[in-house]
Amino acid sequence: MISARGLRKSFGDFEAVKGIDVEVRRGEAFGFLGPNGAGKSSTMRMIASVSPVSSGELRILGMDPATDGPAIRGRLGVCPQEDTLDNELSVFDNLYIYGRYFGIDRATCRDRAHELLEFAQITDKAKAKVENLSGGMKRRLTIARSLINSPDLLLLDEPTTGLDPQARHVLWDQLFRLKQAGVTLVITTHYMDEAEQLCDRLVVMDKGLIAAEGSPRELIDAHSTREVAELRFGVGEHEALAEKVEDLGERVEVLPDRLLVYSDKGEEVVTAVLERGLQPIATLVRRSTLEDVFLRLTGRSLAD
Amino acid sequence: MALVTGIPAPLTPVSAARLLVLRNFIVYRSAWKLFLTGFLEPLLYLFSIGIGVGQLIDGFEFHGEQVPYATFVAPAMLATSAFNGALLDSTFNVFFKLKYEKLYDQMLATPLSTGDIARGEITWGLMRGSVYSAAFLLVMVAMGLVESWWALLALPATVLIAFAFSAVCMALTTWMKSWQDFDKITLAQMPLFLFSATFFPVEAFGNGVLRWIVEATPLFRGVVLCRELTTGVVTWESAVSVVYLVVMGIVGLLVVRRRLDTLLLT
Ligand SMILES: Nc1ncnc2c1ncn2[C@@H]1O[C@H](COP(=O)(O)OP(=O)(O)OP(=O)(O)O)[C@@H](O)[C@H]1O
Ligand SMILES: [Mg+2]
Repeated sequence: MISARGLRKSFGDFEAVKGIDVEVRRGEAFGFLGPNGAGKSSTMRMIASVSPVSSGELRILGMDPATDGPAIRGRLGVCPQEDTLDNELSVFDNLYIYGRYFGIDRATCRDRAHELLEFAQITDKAKAKVENLSGGMKRRLTIARSLINSPDLLLLDEPTTGLDPQARHVLWDQLFRLKQAGVTLVITTHYMDEAEQLCDRLVVMDKGLIAAEGSPRELIDAHSTREVAELRFGVGEHEALAEKVEDLGERVEVLPDRLLVYSDKGEEVVTAVLERGLQPIATLVRRSTLEDVFLRLTGRSLAD
Repeated sequence: MALVTGIPAPLTPVSAARLLVLRNFIVYRSAWKLFLTGFLEPLLYLFSIGIGVGQLIDGFEFHGEQVPYATFVAPAMLATSAFNGALLDSTFNVFFKLKYEKLYDQMLATPLSTGDIARGEITWGLMRGSVYSAAFLLVMVAMGLVESWWALLALPATVLIAFAFSAVCMALTTWMKSWQDFDKITLAQMPLFLFSATFFPVEAFGNGVLRWIVEATPLFRGVVLCRELTTGVVTWESAVSVVYLVVMGIVGLLVVRRRLDTLLLT
């Protein structure tokens, strides 16, 4: 579906994407995980065939975005990071007109628009002006709109940013169904739980490069331990205490507000810490997540 | 969920432009009063100056023919209504859609191209100008200010005027950085309106450079074109005007397209 080789994007002197190789297969859910400024949106815009490739090779649905832009875009659904809704139109007309831009006939557009209002759970707002929607409703409308042409490939740039937890779960469920229906999904996110839930395969991106690639499970197995013991001490003590617990796990990460001790047996770490007379304010043992993978690969946390 | 069966046929440039017009039409459907205001200005000028001042002036000689003052001014207002109508949408509204609404970014996520957007928006500006002109032309007929069957061609002439201005003004708008920059457009609009042989013959500028400059300005070309057609005194100047306006519109269109490429396809 997507094949990129040595893909680069520069804005003037600044290189936002510095040569990445990506292969997305039909029917899978593929993720770009990375912190702010990693180059996720820049990559997505190139895939969406609206941003010319600076160098490298990119093929989408077997076509070249430089020459077949309209044909590619006709088969894509795009949910950009920033909502680009038509504020001068009603909610219903937003869907309807957008469908018409794809060359879909009137009747089908109307039917689809009604279905998608249901999908986004905003049927009662059909006649409202977009301006009067809440942020989360706008987001749902944008996502619904991206489905108007029944795309083969759906590009979602941080789809759940701005949604409340319940709406997020509803969306995850809906995306899961789309995937079952054979739609290929490409998702960017900085939420590791989202990436773990949704993505069959993902790449971790940092500073325009791919730091690692694999399924969430593979990445965790390869780059982290099974469990993590989180130790919270008083403000400013973490740096100094790190060496006192260093030998208890395979690795220790110092964060401003806590220490992370990586070990396959987290509980044993906590017991040992207490036995040494150290008195953390709080402790937590949890399974490793993609956040830990990211920390390991880049030395920074995703939230930075 | 029902799927869109099959891939819709690719949009032709014409159907793409029609969709943009449809979108603007839906927006104005609920704000049609805004639409009326653009029509009133030239009409008021016709009544106040054309008829009012016309009581004091006999008329002017136009290409050797004596024409009553109101008949002289009316075609200029006809050209002006096309000019005003075209400007309304291709300046402020385009700027708003481009910079604030990000409307064109939305359209570019679909099969629409920058060329489609340029053609569609210019067509809309052209249509708005033409609608005003058509209404104005009817007023002229009703008031007996039309003297020849040539006037039938005044309608396509105003379409051409609206096209030329819509395209060039949209092109200029792509360089605007802030709302303040639009003062420059207003600054250009006023003298164009006043000095394009609208209220007095171009001979008033003498035979020097000044007259040459005036004759080379676009609204002047529109005004003489309309005046020759509604008075029936048609000369080669009309041909010059038509070529001038066609070239102006096409250049504007090409510039708009290139500018949208640079601004939006980053
Ligand atoms: N049009 C542009 N002109 C100049 N620089 C740009 C442009 N678009 C993006 N950049 C720069 O490219 C880098 C990558 O941006 P990008 O939007 O791709 O990051 P991202 O991974 O999507 O980040 P976020 O999580 O904040 O959305 C940033 O440093 C950004 O400032
Ligand atoms: Mg982004």
